[in-house]
Order: sequence, then structure tokens, then C-alpha cells
Amino acid sequence: MTSHAEAAHGSHEHHGPPAAHKSSRVDARVLGMLLFIGSEIMLFGSFFAVYFFVRVANPNAPSEWPPAPYEFPVFVAGINTAILVTSSFTMHWALQSIKRGQRPAFLAGMVLTFVMGLAFLLTQVIEYLHVGFNTGDGAFASVFFGLTGLHGAHVAVGLTLLGMVIIRGFRGHFSPEHHHGVELPGIYWHFVDIMWIVVYSTVYLL
Amino acid sequence: MESPFRSEAAAFRFLLITIGAFALIVAASWIDPWLGFAVWVLLTAGAVAVYLHQRGPRPPRQHVEHVGLPDERRVLVVANETVGGEELMSAIGELALAGRTQFLVVCPALNSRLKTWTSDEDPARAAAQKRLGATIARLASVGIEARGEVGDADPLVAIEDGVRTFHPDEVVISTHPEGRSNWLERGVVSAARERFDVPVTHVVVDLGPQDTT
Repeated sequence: MTSHAEAAHGSHEHHGPPAAHKSSRVDARVLGMLLFIGSEIMLFGSFFAVYFFVRVANPNAPSEWPPAPYEFPVFVAGINTAILVTSSFTMHWALQSIKRGQRPAFLAGMVLTFVMGLAFLLTQVIEYLHVGFNTGDGAFASVFFGLTGLHGAHVAVGLTLLGMVIIRGFRGHFSPEHHHGVELPGIYWHFVDIMWIVVYSTVYLL
Repeated sequence: MESPFRSEAAAFRFLLITIGAFALIVAASWIDPWLGFAVWVLLTAGAVAVYLHQRGPRPPRQHVEHVGLPDERRVLVVANETVGGEELMSAIGELALAGRTQFLVVCPALNSRLKTWTSDEDPARAAAQKRLGATIARLASVGIEARGEVGDADPLVAIEDGVRTFHPDEVVISTHPEGRSNWLERGVVSAARERFDVPVTHVVVDLGPQDTT
């Protein structure tokens, strides 16, 4: 009885260990991105736990959200949400374009995505400057800045990734066969968008 | 199960679903906060149910190359508790009589999902090794030489491992009868037929009244 892989197969010539067993059928790079997003969900989850404690579980929770006299800029954030969601459409368009070999459309899609992401981030900075409260004005303010700031940091990371894709794209990288470097930032960008939908809905609208 | 982030296109679809779901939750919350909570619970339960019941993409069919001497057949036998069953023994005996045949008997280390997740695999592997040892000895006693390996708890992964290292010309899968077989319920035999381009023989072993798995 043996418990090891058979080393020789007669006429079958093979050097080294058998080919990697890929029974999970998940590409290592995609698996890495999945694990990363899993950890991100836990990070956001901890911030949401704080938010729900402050707003719901806390015995001294304010009856109004945000507590008077403060107000969240719901309309401006709504416009910002529309900008970010649109950037996901352009990201998707860019990837589909490179898959079809349409380089100008790919580059246009990437640049548009980047510009909209940057617009979102700059609008958020302006929103912070005019929101009328600061982190010292109560737990609700800390939670607001914590959640939206954490998301903003992710947008900044996403913009860095998109920037690298744009630079590589203009240098002639990527093709219909090789576009993994666009696919992964695309997954990340959609994840950032999804998290914003959750943040905007819970913090601003509910 | 498929991850909603397995590709950019899947993540984009997930984003659209999220927008729709949260639009419903927010609208319901504006009517009544408890209604919003109920919608959230319903949508989350629905999403979890869909996620758990969806089938992943079918893996491509694998070509299994014949190795060894031209007149030699290599048979991969995969069996769980039925490994020592009479029906399987006679099937192996018939194959051995048909010509020069090499056997590799793989016994998956059957384990509960919880124990697999917590890496508590030693008892399962020991039990599989015990069953395997008894079977190899029994085959040897009737003049059939066979190698044995303890395989992955997932029978399809165990078969795939065996195919990669042994290059069989035929796969024999032994299961309990229909209605009592977890493997048949999970479609292991049909999945193996779809995945590998070698003949897959299904042997049903009835271990009697005590056969309940």
C-alpha cells in the first residue's frame, strides 16, 4: 500500500511533481481578491456594529437621526451616489471594451471611471467642510465620519488602482486575451460601490 | 456555490441587485421602520437561499491519457463504507480476470462538514485507512494486487486526485443503493461521467439493514 503519488508511469515522461491540483477551480489571483474583500466586509462590519449600537442599541440613542440641530446633506450625497454608481457602469463598459479589443473605448471608460471617482472623493471632502459638525460633537458625528471616511479611504485606494490601469492602458498594456489587471480593480471598484450603497442607505436615508 | 465577486461581471450584477434591494428596504423603512426591517430580513434570507442552492459553472471535461503498457488497464476504484462489499469485490474480480489490470483503491476520508472546517480529520482518515487496509488484504487473499490511498473527503476531489496521479482507463464508483446513498443524492456518479472521458462504472453495494448512510 502506498500513500504517495505514483512517480513513474512507464512511457509517460514527467519531471518534477504532478501538475497543481486545481480542484477548487478558483484562480489564485481571484482567490486573493476574494479573501481581501472578505476581510474588508469584516472591517466595514465592525464600523456598522458601532453605528447600530449608537443609533439603536444605546439606551441614550437620539430619537432623531442625526440629533437636532444637525442635518446630513442628503441631496448632495445622493448626487454623489449617482456619480459613483455611474462610474461602475463605465468601469464595466471599459472591461467589456478591452475584451472586444476596442482600445479607445476601454481607455475612455477607464478615464471616465477615474474622473467620476475623483469627483466623488472631492465632493465628499467639500461635504465634510460644510457639514456643520465635527467628530467632537457626539457619537453620531464620530460614526458618520468613521463610516464615510473609511469608505472614502477605499475610494482613494480604488483610484490608485484605476490610475495604474490607465497608465498601463495608455502604454499599450492589456488585450482581449490578457486583461486580468483590469478585471481585479473592476471587482474592487464594484465592491466599493456596493459598500457605498449600504453606507448611504443606512446613514443618510434611514 | 458561486461567489458574487468571482469576476467583474458578477460583481457588477451584484451591485445592481444591491441597489434594487436597498431601494426596497429604504422605501419600506419610510413607510414603517419595522416594515423596512422585515424587508431586509426577507431579502437577506432570499439571497442566502439562492446563494446556497445555485450550481457553480461546470468544469471542463478532462481528457485522461492512457499510460503504461498498451495491453495494460488501469482501474481506479472509489468507495466509501461499501469498500469491502461483495458486489464491489466481484466487480473487481471480473475486471482482474479480463486481462492485465492495475488497481488503485481510493477510500475518501468521510467527515462531517464541521469537522472538515475545523481540520478535525484524523479520526476520519484513520477509519478510511482501516477500511482500505482490510479491503487490500482481502483482494490480496484472492490473488488481486492493488494499491490503496485515503482520499479527500469530497468524492469528486478524491477521484480527480486519483485521475491526476494514476491516469486510469476506467473508474469504478461504489455506492449504497438509491435512497440511502449520499453520493447518489449529490450526483457524484453523473458528475464523474461528465468530468472525465473514461468509462465510469457504478457498483451498488447493499450492506443490509445496518446500511443507513
